[in-house]
Amino acid sequence: MTGAHPLRSKRRRSALRTAAFLSPWLIGFAVFFVYPLLSTLYFSFTRYDGFRQPAFNGLDNWSYVFTDYPLFWPAMRNTLWLVLVMVTCRVAFGLGIGLLITKIKTGTGIFRTLFYLPYLAPPVAATLAFVFLLNPGTGPVNTLLDAVGLPTPGWFTDADWSKPALTALALWGVGDLMVIFMAALLDVPKEQYEAAELDGAGAWARFRHITLPNISPIIMFAVVTGVIQAMQYYAQPLVAGKVAAGVIGGSGQQFEPGYPDKSTLTLPQLVYNLGFQRFDYGTACVVALVLFALSMAFTALLMRRRGGLIGAGE
Amino acid sequence: MSGARTGRKSSRAVLHWVGVHSLGVAAALFFVLPFVFLLLTSLMGDRQALTRDLWPDTWEWGNYAKVWHTPGFLTWWRNTLLYAGLGTLLTVVSSVPVAYALAKFRFRGRRLALLLVIAMMMLPPQVVVIPMYLFWAKQLDLSGTLWPLIVPMAFGDAFSIFLLRQFLLTIPDEYLDAARVDGCGEVRTLLRVVLPMAKPGIAAVALFQFFCAWNDYFGPQIYASDNPAAWTLSYGLESFKGAHHTNWNLTMAATVLVMAPVIVLFFFAQKAFVEGVTLTGVKG
Repeated sequence: MTGAHPLRSKRRRSALRTAAFLSPWLIGFAVFFVYPLLSTLYFSFTRYDGFRQPAFNGLDNWSYVFTDYPLFWPAMRNTLWLVLVMVTCRVAFGLGIGLLITKIKTGTGIFRTLFYLPYLAPPVAATLAFVFLLNPGTGPVNTLLDAVGLPTPGWFTDADWSKPALTALALWGVGDLMVIFMAALLDVPKEQYEAAELDGAGAWARFRHITLPNISPIIMFAVVTGVIQAMQYYAQPLVAGKVAAGVIGGSGQQFEPGYPDKSTLTLPQLVYNLGFQRFDYGTACVVALVLFALSMAFTALLMRRRGGLIGAGE
Repeated sequence: MSGARTGRKSSRAVLHWVGVHSLGVAAALFFVLPFVFLLLTSLMGDRQALTRDLWPDTWEWGNYAKVWHTPGFLTWWRNTLLYAGLGTLLTVVSSVPVAYALAKFRFRGRRLALLLVIAMMMLPPQVVVIPMYLFWAKQLDLSGTLWPLIVPMAFGDAFSIFLLRQFLLTIPDEYLDAARVDGCGEVRTLLRVVLPMAKPGIAAVALFQFFCAWNDYFGPQIYASDNPAAWTLSYGLESFKGAHHTNWNLTMAATVLVMAPVIVLFFFAQKAFVEGVTLTGVKG
């Protein structure tokens, strides 16, 4: 048989080999992606508390989430706020810091390390630190603001200031963007700048007409991945809200999420709130699917066949 | 004349240097001051930590010992090391062959496989958490343990696969062809030729995975919250603040202790980090 179809058997062997190399991920994909995703879809049409059998209830959970669940629209609005404002600030600041680091000629290594380090701080630790730093009464930031005569906001205790406080925390951890912008900026061909300088282009014109077009794919990449991160934003707003509210952490604690006044509530927190505090798994699955639809829409933007940001290497 | 001209030019260069570096120092203050205030507060006495003082009256180094000996703190360390260490090892072992196949094999469905890896990478963990929790807790009765966090890492991690693939694409095919001509099978080519060249990429993946587990809050909250003996540092730290809610000095000392290993590790592996971050973004 192998003698009769050497080519076919060779092809089959190579297919088997490919499958063998891919097998850890093939199993992982089925068990940790396809199966739970289909289950989430199924549960979203059922009343399910984890003990009694799931009971089909049609679109009840869906209509409850969109019309009656008091936390859904606030969480949606906060998530959109974070997507728009936090991501814009982070990309702009990351680009600024990236530009700055390419201009610094003395002590570059030290500056780069200092700018990068906060990115590594564990999110819960960084959030705790910022709740302390931005403590309205006794925190160092307001102490300094007060000393120079600036207004002292309530930060994490004021519904109008809690998201800007989270944004400050996100800007502190901008080191990852600094690194990718720095790499992209160093890749811009030098000749283009030299030619522009000969033509008498000023710094702004050079940035506008050479730097920006050259790095625009990286800016897009930073925006899209930032949007996806913003939609998964979980530990920071949750911990900030709980600590600022003085909730004692630990097991089974019931608390009104999103302190103050739902302002730090995000979509992922609702999945936890509905599923693991109210044991309403069916409704939690609806919110999970909303989150899934949003993330995949942005992922599609990242992977479009033409003009997509992540090629398949063909 | 020409001297005056170069003089003007060099004075402009000096101004530029001063401007850029003052901006750099201002930015550095923004990134460093939080760490400084954190450290100073962690060394204050209990009373002073509640005031607006920025500088400690007395240096209470004992705060660190107090935190270290808080019941549970050592258990959280052990759990975190286990989760991060074992998880990282499993991730690397299971992700390398997948990344190699995606980068270097030609097969039908290759593009689709890569798109699915990326889709998985972008999936918020909350989307699938309910069936996964029910699976681990109700079917296998393993809630309150670290297993639901560690075992999935033996089946390839999407982000690690993607990052490794990006790295392996940069290794020229000629090296692999040479090995194959010499009679190496794919497994031997991978182990003998590719792995030694892929060390920086593997280091980056291992570091990211380690920190991902070190920093994870959601996973331990879902699976370990009802059993303090299975808490990790990230999860324990938040409840530490809850239990000592007036003691900012102790909380900040605990925060420093949780941040420290990450920062120490960074100084040993700066290059791998920066390389990893660059790979995810630039060489797409």
